[in-house]
Amino acid sequence: MKIYTTARTAFKALTRNPMRAMLTTLGIVIGVGAVIAMMEIGAGSSAALAKTIASMGANVLIIRPGTASSGGVSFGAGSTTTLTPEDSKAISRECPAVKNAVPMVRARAQVVYGSRNWVPNAIYGITPVYLDIQDWSILAEGEPFDDRDVLNGNRNCLVGQTIVRELFDGQSPLGKEIRIKNIAFKVVGVLTQKGANMMGFDQDDVILAPWTTIKYRVSGATLANANQSSDTGGGAVNTLSNLYPSGGRSLYPDRSAAQEANNPMPVRFANIDQIMAAAMSPEEIPEAIAQIGAVLRERHRIRPGESDDFNVRNMSEVTKTLSTTTALMTNLLMAVAMISLLVGGVGIMNIMLVSVTERTREIGLRMAVGARSRDILRQFLVEAVVLCLTGGALGIVLGHGGSLLVQALLDWPVETSPAAILTAVLVSAGVGIIFGFYPAWKASRLDPIEALRYE
Amino acid sequence: MELIRLENITKTYQMGDIAVPVLKGISLSIAKGELVALTGSSGSGKSTLMNILGCLDRPSSGEYWLEGEEISRLSADGRALLRNRKLGFVFQNFNLLARTSALENVAMPLAYAALPLSERQTRERAAEMLARVGLADRLDHHPSQLSGGQQQRVAIARALINQPPVLFADEPTGNLDSKTSEEVLRMFENLNREDGITIIMVTHDPKVAGHAQRNVSLCDGLLAAEAACAVSGWQGSAGGRP
Repeated sequence: MKIYTTARTAFKALTRNPMRAMLTTLGIVIGVGAVIAMMEIGAGSSAALAKTIASMGANVLIIRPGTASSGGVSFGAGSTTTLTPEDSKAISRECPAVKNAVPMVRARAQVVYGSRNWVPNAIYGITPVYLDIQDWSILAEGEPFDDRDVLNGNRNCLVGQTIVRELFDGQSPLGKEIRIKNIAFKVVGVLTQKGANMMGFDQDDVILAPWTTIKYRVSGATLANANQSSDTGGGAVNTLSNLYPSGGRSLYPDRSAAQEANNPMPVRFANIDQIMAAAMSPEEIPEAIAQIGAVLRERHRIRPGESDDFNVRNMSEVTKTLSTTTALMTNLLMAVAMISLLVGGVGIMNIMLVSVTERTREIGLRMAVGARSRDILRQFLVEAVVLCLTGGALGIVLGHGGSLLVQALLDWPVETSPAAILTAVLVSAGVGIIFGFYPAWKASRLDPIEALRYE
Repeated sequence: MELIRLENITKTYQMGDIAVPVLKGISLSIAKGELVALTGSSGSGKSTLMNILGCLDRPSSGEYWLEGEEISRLSADGRALLRNRKLGFVFQNFNLLARTSALENVAMPLAYAALPLSERQTRERAAEMLARVGLADRLDHHPSQLSGGQQQRVAIARALINQPPVLFADEPTGNLDSKTSEEVLRMFENLNREDGITIIMVTHDPKVAGHAQRNVSLCDGLLAAEAACAVSGWQGSAGGRP
């Protein structure tokens, strides 16, 4: 008996009792519908969750200068200054896996307002992009400084909540002037509360200012005095030389023309402490690291075989949390979906068993006219699969419609998932075979004489 | 020419610990083209014999030769194939598929044939069979739209669709009134005479048995001729089984 004929026979047998077929299918329709709706809503929620966790810094990469060493003594990460703001620009321009990058300069200094003073955890010199990367764009008060402030080295700053508490006693600091190392900064905005990060570092105890201002006015560092041997940072306190950097004189003699030709020095206008970059998504972090590495090696003219003069670090802890959470969410949804399909499958089995009993005489007759037990088995199995596939198709429509409705009414994030649809089709056919097998087997084992005599 | 030969067929059912012999050694020969009535009181074993003849059941011992083949030891699948090719069945209660057209009912056994026909051939063949039983204008009627006699004629068409040499009829007129019974029996006689189909009918009714050329009567699991019971033991009411 050909499979086509079997399918047609099965279809006819089903249409002979459309009400029963419909009720049977209902279990699978609801099951598959639930799976599709849940997969789609779940995928949407999962994506939203991933975004939330990513905003905690899962996709953030920190690029720091490499180590300097002298006579076998290594000075540790960040002991050379190899990164420039141009590196940061090149990274955000040339790496497809990187959303954007920001140059950062750090300082630690006393901050004074009126009769109060305080030493913040960190004073960061940044560009406004930093706020995007840290998902901190929405301020509690005021406006962030802009790119022009960065270009001009304007003395505008944003302060964190801890600073507001300690320096301003909770009063609004907008428009007030604070002094950092005797440089007056105008507070243009107040950051929202962020709390401690995972290492217990108070992220609100921070002042953000254009990196140019921090670099040239607060740290007072220029290329000429930025290297270790001529660091003047700790030397003079509160002197005019910090206000108006003189650009001192190099300790070393000028290079000869031959030296210039052999070892061209890259033209660097400034060094920065680190670059913070955001990958497009947490999954793209490895690619982003590779691309950043390639760009920086090229820019720093590092030959193959030589070691990097920079380090790229990611927030693997956060990334791990993210992947664990996503996996948990997926598994949870899967479990619920499987249970609903199981219930649908048991429904199919029930009705198929009833159907076998009800059609005992038909089975006997078919056997009497020459159906072998495997023909009967196949017929009932195909009937179950046809029921399940029909139910699956209706379920996909229902589930997709349902998730679209949820999106429209509740404004929940929803993601259409072709994988879910494929899975649903395969699973519904599988359910048909698994739960249709027992009734079909039972039918095929009937004794034709008994079956013909069955009332 | 001999079509069917039974050699000392026995059938014993096991009811728990007790063995119940139903057929106690039946030897019988039926020639091609015969119209045989199988009679006997209830419990005489005629249904069991019918099942064995119809290859629905296997004898406990003995030999069953059908068209020169010994088939008493065939597997279930082998018997299914045999039933499909060589045997036709007509039942007392017609056993038509409900909510299925007469044409599809008739075509049903073709689906299990070893060499399946195309869709069109199947329909043509089924329509031809229905025309032969005089139902050419009822192809698309469902069993519930047909009278008892018409339903039985559909069943006969179905039994004959694979052109079997033997047709078994189990109380074929049991559910019919006397007029349609007469029609059905006349159809059997025609098939027997014109197409040479061997027909074996199980019946209670002496009037029905009267249409047969030969009566085989059973009594207590043996042929009545060999058994020590009165031949008049099978007096039945005119309507067949109550």
